[in-house]
Amino acid sequence: MSDSDAMLDLAVNIGELRLKNPVMVASGTFGYGPEYADLVDLSKLGAMVVKGIRKIPWEGNEPPRMVEVPGGLVNAIGLQGPGAQGFVDKYIPFLKQYDVPVIVNIWGTTLEEYGEVAAILDAADGVHALEINISCPNVKEGGIAFGTNVDTAANVMQMVRKNTRLPVIPKLSPNVPNIGDFAKIAEQCGCDAISLINTLPAMVIDIETRRPVLTNTVGGLSGPAIHPVAVKLVWEAAAAVNIPVIAMGGIQNAQDAIEFILAGASAVAVGTANFVDPMTPLTVIDGIADYMRRHNVQRFSDLIGALDVH
Amino acid sequence: MAVSLVRSHSEKQAGYRELVLEAPTIAPLVRPGQFVHLRIPRLEHRLLRRPFSIFMADQDTLTILYKSVGTGTQLLTQVEQGEAVSLLGPLGNGFPEPNNDHIPLLIAGGYGVAPLYLLASRMARTGVLFVGGRTRTDILCDDEFEALGWDVQIATEDGSRGIQGLVTSALDAWAANNAGAEPAELFACGPDGMLRAVGERAITHNWKGWLSLDKHMGCGMGACLACVQRIRQPDGSIEWERVCKDGPIFEAREIVWEQENEDNHE
Ligand SMILES: Cc1cc2nc3c(=O)[nH]c(=O)nc-3n(C[C@H](O)[C@H](O)[C@H](O)COP(=O)(O)OP(=O)(O)OC[C@H]3O[C@@H](n4cnc5c(N)ncnc54)[C@H](O)[C@@H]3O)c2cc1C
Ligand SMILES: Cc1cc2nc3c(=O)[nH]c(=O)nc-3n(C[C@H](O)[C@H](O)[C@H](O)COP(=O)(O)O)c2cc1C
Ligand code: FES
Repeated sequence: MSDSDAMLDLAVNIGELRLKNPVMVASGTFGYGPEYADLVDLSKLGAMVVKGIRKIPWEGNEPPRMVEVPGGLVNAIGLQGPGAQGFVDKYIPFLKQYDVPVIVNIWGTTLEEYGEVAAILDAADGVHALEINISCPNVKEGGIAFGTNVDTAANVMQMVRKNTRLPVIPKLSPNVPNIGDFAKIAEQCGCDAISLINTLPAMVIDIETRRPVLTNTVGGLSGPAIHPVAVKLVWEAAAAVNIPVIAMGGIQNAQDAIEFILAGASAVAVGTANFVDPMTPLTVIDGIADYMRRHNVQRFSDLIGALDVH
Repeated sequence: MAVSLVRSHSEKQAGYRELVLEAPTIAPLVRPGQFVHLRIPRLEHRLLRRPFSIFMADQDTLTILYKSVGTGTQLLTQVEQGEAVSLLGPLGNGFPEPNNDHIPLLIAGGYGVAPLYLLASRMARTGVLFVGGRTRTDILCDDEFEALGWDVQIATEDGSRGIQGLVTSALDAWAANNAGAEPAELFACGPDGMLRAVGERAITHNWKGWLSLDKHMGCGMGACLACVQRIRQPDGSIEWERVCKDGPIFEAREIVWEQENEDNHE
């Protein structure tokens, strides 16, 4: 490490949560921790965001659950998961071995369930923040059903807020006419940060069989194809609020991440790119450091929102 | 994870190619039945890696045997000697240790012969290979198995080689001749329809049947939950398991097949 490296400060705060660097892994793309731990030292991540869980174990959708499209993939996993207590028992002891904040992505099919999951995780030692999934397009109830209406979104945010002292991060749907309204509601509900974007509702048809490829018929598009859409939404959301914004959507390299940061994001999450190259989060961290060196920026926080709009 | 250099790449027979990769960090760890998740060079606008069973492995190289079936495998045929290829592996559970008191029966459909060859080459004893395909050019590796001293039984749907019919017909004929003579253990890799039929034989004859499933994969690492299969648990309950991580090999009795046969192997 050179002297100038020693000076580089990549740390950033998300509410009370202090991240050693601004690069997380996105929910649903890095499992619950053990899956990639042999390849990637979890302690090097800014935060580990685990796959969405509800109160009870959940089966998810029938396969096929994923299909590749140019520049991305469409998934309809349907939030398969072990349930809140199952997660705590099975994965928290593992995750505790690492020096990394654990953010749990939560969902429910009723307002009450969101509150109950939040309470269970609040009581568990080893959970550092809750990301509220009100934006998953792949479940019939819950998810996006709550996230595309400002009032129901606000109800969920308040319910979770009431049930935990942990930092609360609603994950916004890109599928709304004015993202700023949802960002503002989150701030008004006392949320500590917002994250965006979740996948974009999408569909793929097999023209030979004349059937949708996914059993769920529709799914969510992720990957590089959605990155410019996400940059625009992050830019609008960040302009609307003072709480930190965590940005995701198609990050493949440091350049993609820095776009988000200049647009106003305080942190970023790598999603689909983990499937292509599991080292992506680490190369993004290095690439951000490199960029800071090249641009003589010593503190990461000085980059946030440093966009020059014509 | 490793970046491997292509040591050689050649056609094995019409439609099938053999790719030899220098992978000194992966190859020595390989157990038969495991696979590598390979990023196909120049596959632009497509993100996902492609899974391939390990066909041969020594201290520093591993070989895959593949068929061109789509965009990715088509492009793979153009990879040249000396080129770099990114690999994740070895992945998956692999076949269990064979029971040496049982005669091993290997059942292969098309490129499904690949992991079975590695298994046979490391077995303490020989047995019978049942290999099936649509036509004679889909019959692979019969020479290699014969060189290892295996009895090779061939079936083609068009009758252009071996008996005419499905590979399970050959298996049934063997079972009828050997009724009760010797306990057997089955190891199979091929399309779902074949695996299901083989699994039924295993149950009927009270043999263990180890089946290697072929599911579309995302991450290959157990993280994305794209590749799930319903598996009967020891307590009788049924749970999703991940073909990439908990499989690809499951015992015939554990697998809960779909109602509809979604056989999109070829
Ligand atoms: C555990 C395992 C071992 C395998 N071993 C071999 C092998 O030894 N030799 C060999 O030739 N093939 C093998 N396959 C199948 C091989 O992975 C597919 O043929 C290949 O992914 C097709 O890619 P494509 O781009 O040419 O096809 P496309 O149809 O263009 O691919 C589109 C998408 O479907 C996926 N896909 C398509 N067919 C399959 C399939 N049958 N299985 C899994 N994913 C598929 C691709 O990964 C891709 O995401 C194996 C599959 C699995 C799961
Ligand atoms: C396979 C898969 C599973 C996902 N599961 C979840 C989930 O459980 N909860 C959630 O909030 N988002 C989930 N997402 C969305 C991602 O966290 C992320 O918001 C989205 O994919 C955009 O980022 P990307 O383009 O980098 O993947 C999932 C995405 C994928 C591809
Ligand atoms: S391919 Fe991702 S879990 Fe199996």
